[in-house]
Amino acid sequence: MTRITSPAALEQFRQEAQAKRERFKMGVSVCGGTGCQAQECKDVFEAFRTAIHDGGLADTVELKLTGCHGFCEMGPLAVIHPAGIFYKRITPEDVPSIVEKSVLGDGVVEELLFENPLDGGKVAEEAAIPFYARQNRMVLGMNGKIDPQNIDDYIAQGGYAALAKALFEMEPEDIIDSVERAGLRGRGGAGFPTAMKWRSCRAAQSSDGTRYLLCNADEGDPGAYMDRSLLEGNPHAVLEGMVIGARAIGATEGYIYVRHEYPLAVENLLVALDQARLYGLLGNNILGSGLDFDVKVSVGGGAFVCGESTALMASIEGRIGEPRVKHVHTVEKGLFNKPTNLNNVETWANVPLILNEGADAYAATGTESSKGTKIFSLVGKIRNTGLVEVPMGITLKEIVYDIGGGMPEGKDFKAVQTGGPSGGCIPGSLLDTPVDFDRLVDVGSMMGSGGMIVMDEETCMVDIARYFLDFLSEESCGKCVPCREGLKQMLAIVSDIAEGEGTRDQLDLLLETAEVVRDTSLCGLGQTASNPVLSTIRYFEDEYIEHIEQRKCRAGVCRALITYTIDAELCNGCMRCLKACPSKAIAGEKKKSHSIDQQNCEKCGICFEVCEFNAVTRM
Amino acid sequence: MSEMINLVIDGQAVEAERGWTVLEAARYYGVDIPTLCHKEGLAPYSACRLCVVEIRRGNRSQLSASCSFPVQDGIEVLTNSARVQKSRKVIIELMLASCPNSRTLQCLASKYGVTKIRYKSEDRGCVLCGLCVRVCEEQMGAGAIGFFYRGTGREVAMPFHTRDELCRECGACLYVCPVCELPCQGPLQPGELCNACLDTLQIEAFPCRE
Repeated sequence: MTRITSPAALEQFRQEAQAKRERFKMGVSVCGGTGCQAQECKDVFEAFRTAIHDGGLADTVELKLTGCHGFCEMGPLAVIHPAGIFYKRITPEDVPSIVEKSVLGDGVVEELLFENPLDGGKVAEEAAIPFYARQNRMVLGMNGKIDPQNIDDYIAQGGYAALAKALFEMEPEDIIDSVERAGLRGRGGAGFPTAMKWRSCRAAQSSDGTRYLLCNADEGDPGAYMDRSLLEGNPHAVLEGMVIGARAIGATEGYIYVRHEYPLAVENLLVALDQARLYGLLGNNILGSGLDFDVKVSVGGGAFVCGESTALMASIEGRIGEPRVKHVHTVEKGLFNKPTNLNNVETWANVPLILNEGADAYAATGTESSKGTKIFSLVGKIRNTGLVEVPMGITLKEIVYDIGGGMPEGKDFKAVQTGGPSGGCIPGSLLDTPVDFDRLVDVGSMMGSGGMIVMDEETCMVDIARYFLDFLSEESCGKCVPCREGLKQMLAIVSDIAEGEGTRDQLDLLLETAEVVRDTSLCGLGQTASNPVLSTIRYFEDEYIEHIEQRKCRAGVCRALITYTIDAELCNGCMRCLKACPSKAIAGEKKKSHSIDQQNCEKCGICFEVCEFNAVTRM
Repeated sequence: MSEMINLVIDGQAVEAERGWTVLEAARYYGVDIPTLCHKEGLAPYSACRLCVVEIRRGNRSQLSASCSFPVQDGIEVLTNSARVQKSRKVIIELMLASCPNSRTLQCLASKYGVTKIRYKSEDRGCVLCGLCVRVCEEQMGAGAIGFFYRGTGREVAMPFHTRDELCRECGACLYVCPVCELPCQGPLQPGELCNACLDTLQIEAFPCRE
C-alpha cells in the first residue's frame, strides 16, 4: 500500500474500498467486544468461518469480527446484513442453521431471535428491538459495521473524510469555531466546553512551539466500559478526532493514555496507529498537507487517580501518578511543562462527526446546554445490560425502562447512580430528570464518563455509600489530608452505621467531614468523593436513620443487621438448607422442621436462596 | 520594579508582587495563616490543606491552598471565614487522629480551638506532609527517601525499604519533621488532646469575619 497523499486520492481509495465490499451480497457481523469474548464469541466466529467456507460462500458473504454492538446481555450476538437480522446468545452449534436459514435462504431461526419481554413477540430486525430503537448511535453505530483492525473498512465508511476537510478546507480557527457552534462538551464527565479548551491551548505560549494533545482512556469507574468499547471497536474515529484536534490546536505530538487492563483496546490501537502511519494519515506530511503529528500509546499501571489530568501527565512523564495543584492550567503548562490539551476518548470520537455533519446539524440533537449524544454503560439491576448511546435530553426514565427494559424479576426501582465514584444516586422521584450536564449536577449527581448503575429494592443505600468510599479510599493517591484521612474516617463511620453501631452524632460528623473533603481536597477525585455519601444522605436519609435507630436494613444487605430464621410451620424438613449451609449452623432431622443456630450463622443467605417452601425468613 | 497586583485580604486592599502566593502576601501584611507542609525554601506541596483560604472572584467562591495560589488582580481573600474555620478545624482533627504525638499538631489544636477528636484514632507516627522528602531532594540533593503505595497505605521510605547509600545521615529530615517532637506534656494516647495552652491562646483572638 502506498501513502495517500491528497484528499482526491483518499476519495478514490474510499470508492475502491467500498466497491470491494459491494462485491459481497451479504454480511455477517459477529460482535467481538470484550463482553461477547467472555462468552466465547470467537468460537462462534470460527464456526461461521467454517460454515461459510464449507458452503462455498466465501466470495459472496463478508464475515467480520467487529467491535461491541452494545447489547451485552444477549451475547454472543451476530447480525446478518443487509436484512439486519439480530441473533442472540449464539453457540457454535447454532451457526449451521443460521447460515442455512438466513444466509442461504431468507428465513430466520426463530429461537435465536430477540423476544420482547412485554408481549413475548419475536423481533428479527436489529433496529426494531426496543433496546436499539430508542437509541441514537451516532458514535457507536460504526462499531457493528467495521473490523477494527482494518483501516480500509473505516475509510470505506467515509472515515478520514473529516480530516481531509479539516486539513484542506478549513483554517484552525474555523475548526474550533465549528466545535464551538456544535456545543461539544467534554465527555469525560465534567462537561467543560471543548472549543474553549482548544482555544486556550492554541493561544498558550510555548517557547519551542511544542504542544501536546492527549487522549484520556484511563476509564476506571466501576461498571463503565464506554471508552473501552470505542477504542476496541472503532479506534480510527478517536485517532481521526485527534489529528483534527492537532490541526486546530497546532499540536505536534499526541499520547493516548490507556489502562493496561484493556489489552484488546491497546492491541487495536497499536494496529490502527501502524495502519494510519502506513497510509500517511499520521506522522509526517499527513495527506500531503504538510501537517506533522504522531501519536504514542502510553499504558497506565492501574491507578484510578491517573484519570485526573495532572496525575495522568505525571504518569506519562514517568513520575508517580499524583495530582498537583492546577493554579496554572494544563493548557498552559501541562505535559513536560508544555501547553497540553486533554480530552476523553468519546470527545475525540465526536469531532469527526461534527465536521462531517456540520456544526449546526450536530447541535440539532440535544438540549440547550448539552448537545449531541452520550454513551452510557447501563448496568446493575436492569434487564438489558449493555452500552447505550442516547441523545442528550432523554430522561433517565426512558433509559431505564424503555431501553433498559426495567428491573428483572419485577422488583421495584430504587435509584440510579451516574457519574461513578464522583457522582450520586438519583431516586425514583427524579427519574424524569433529562440527561444534561447541568441538570444532573442540580440533582446532586453528574454526567460522569457514562457509568449508569441501576439499583432496585434489594440494594442498600448505606452499603452503596460504603462501597464507593471503600473504592475511593483505596484509589486516593494519599497526597492530601482531607482525601486520604477524611475518606478513611468517613468509611469507618459508614461501616459503623452498616453494622448497626452508628449514632446520630456520627451521621452529623459524616456530613461535616464530607463537606470539608469536598471543599478542601487537592484534586477532582477528592472534591467529588463525597458525592455518593452526600447524595445518599440527601435522598435516602431514612435508610441511614433506620440503620442507626432501629438497627434495620430494609434491603436485607447489611449482614450485621439481618437474621435468618426458619418458620417451623412452613418447613417440611427436606434438609436442603441444612446440607447447603457452609457454617453448619442449621440443625434438624429429616421431615422435622429445622432451626438456625444464630451464634454460628454467617448470614450468607444460602438457606434463604435454596429453600423451595419459603420457610426461611430474612429480617 | 516588578509588576504589582491589587487584591483584598480580609477586607483590606493590598498590593503584592506578581509571582507571590496568597500566603506570601498575607504573611507580608501580618495576616496569620496556619501551615504544616509548607516551608520556605521548599517547593509548595499543597497537601496538608491547612492553609486553605476562601478566594472570591465576582460571585464565585472557592477554598484554595494559599501556599500555592498565585496572587491575582481583583480577588478577595478571606483567611478566617466561617467556611475556612470549619475546614481548618476538621483538618487538624483528622491529622491528630493519625498523629496524636505531634507537638506541632497539638499546638495547632489549642490555637484553633480543637477540643475534641471525634474520629477513630490510631497513632501512625507520620502525617505524610512530605517535608522530609522535599528537603532531602531539594536542599540536600540526596533524594534518598520517597513515597510508597497510595491511599491509606501511603508511607515514606527508602528504596526497597532498605538503608540506602544515598542517605548521608545528615538529619535534615528529622529537623523538618512536624511529628518527631513530643507534645510538651509528654506522650499522648490516640484521641487525647493536650490543650494545655487553650485558655492562654484565646481563640477569641481569631474572630469570624463573616
